[in-house]
Amino acid sequence: MSDDAPSPPALTDAERAELRRQGILLTSMQELYNWGRSNSVWPLQFGLACCAIEMIAASMARFDIARFGSEVFRPSPRQADLLIVSGTVTKKMAPQVVRIWNQMPEPKYCIAMGACAISGGPFKQGYNVLKGIDRYVPVDIYVPGCPPRPEALLHGLIELQKKIRGQAISGRDAPRHLQPDAACDYPVPGFGEHDLVPPKNPAVWQPPVLTRKEGA
Amino acid sequence: METPEQIRDRLLARIPGAAVSVVVNPGPAAQHSLLLGAAHAREIAEFLRDDPGLQLDFCSNVSGVDWLDREIVETIKTPTPGPGAGPATFAEQKIRRPHPGYLEAVYHLYSMALKHGPVVLRLRTADRRDQVTLPSLTPVWRSCEFQEREVFDLFGIVFAGHPDLRRILMWDEFRDHPMRKDYAEPDDYEWEPTPHGDVLAKAKRHYPAAEPAASVKGEAKP
Repeated sequence: MSDDAPSPPALTDAERAELRRQGILLTSMQELYNWGRSNSVWPLQFGLACCAIEMIAASMARFDIARFGSEVFRPSPRQADLLIVSGTVTKKMAPQVVRIWNQMPEPKYCIAMGACAISGGPFKQGYNVLKGIDRYVPVDIYVPGCPPRPEALLHGLIELQKKIRGQAISGRDAPRHLQPDAACDYPVPGFGEHDLVPPKNPAVWQPPVLTRKEGA
Repeated sequence: METPEQIRDRLLARIPGAAVSVVVNPGPAAQHSLLLGAAHAREIAEFLRDDPGLQLDFCSNVSGVDWLDREIVETIKTPTPGPGAGPATFAEQKIRRPHPGYLEAVYHLYSMALKHGPVVLRLRTADRRDQVTLPSLTPVWRSCEFQEREVFDLFGIVFAGHPDLRRILMWDEFRDHPMRKDYAEPDDYEWEPTPHGDVLAKAKRHYPAAEPAASVKGEAKP
């Protein structure tokens, strides 16, 4: 495969579906690869706070995350593809979360579940809560809610699958694990005298640049 | 159960030299407390636990209070005779004296055996900078162990005689005491959609307002 942008498909989706009905499977390496990748996203069995209860509910019979191929919650980060940061990340816990993320092999994905994991949530103004796990870990999908219902988590998973299916497996848009020079080690913050050191990973997250209007 | 005044009188009779006084709660709860001098606190605690009339065998809660340094202003009015037969005028004189702050540990005691309580104990440090040591009551009530560690972590009161005095919530390398009133939190503000109060002050510091002309131009843009 070349590194050029993919040429427009010769067949439309409708034509391809029609061929499939006739017993002819036309596909590409990329489609096959992403199909397999997106339908067996194994999450890490890892909960931090009340969002974890909803994550557990999503894995149980009523919501049944197995319908989307993600029922295998792995107890070891070495075997997991997906880190669901389900709950409040305190500053004392943040280095451990980053360490777990580093221990997961590529390809790996991260879902920030709930207001706390996204931004600190109701504890944003506190001294001991990380203001969003995206300061240290690249987050693929944000699932808002406090806590999000299991359906919301399932929606987040479906969106992640869509994102995986849409990825090119070559070229500059290729996912991290297919780029030879992409960083796979994320620096683990240390415990400082007043805060985590460093307070954020600038390669992953930068504070928003905004201009405040006077009076606001 | 005995009133705090009765407990105080018994303590003073039993333990000579002990400093015990009643701190009155003027609120509707009227939950008065006993202020203990640090020197005899352990002895008093053991008495409260073992006395057959009290049997305060359970310490349910240990908390800390930070009292800042403050200045007490006293106004003294001295009457001076008015001119002639006129009414006397008052010369006001204001005396300011500093009132040093202190850290306080508050213990809530109950009796499981006699089903009464709470008896509230207060212990105060000498100041809030370097003389912040109080006797630990963990040897008397085992349930104080984690709570005294929490008070040590968040307020910085050092409990002498505690079996394992380490930080319990924050990490060991942390140097501040977050529940003290003069705690300065790390400056990691991030933009929020509807800042108000203290958060608005932070927003103004981190995101200075645009120049008036620029902001008008910015509003005109889509």
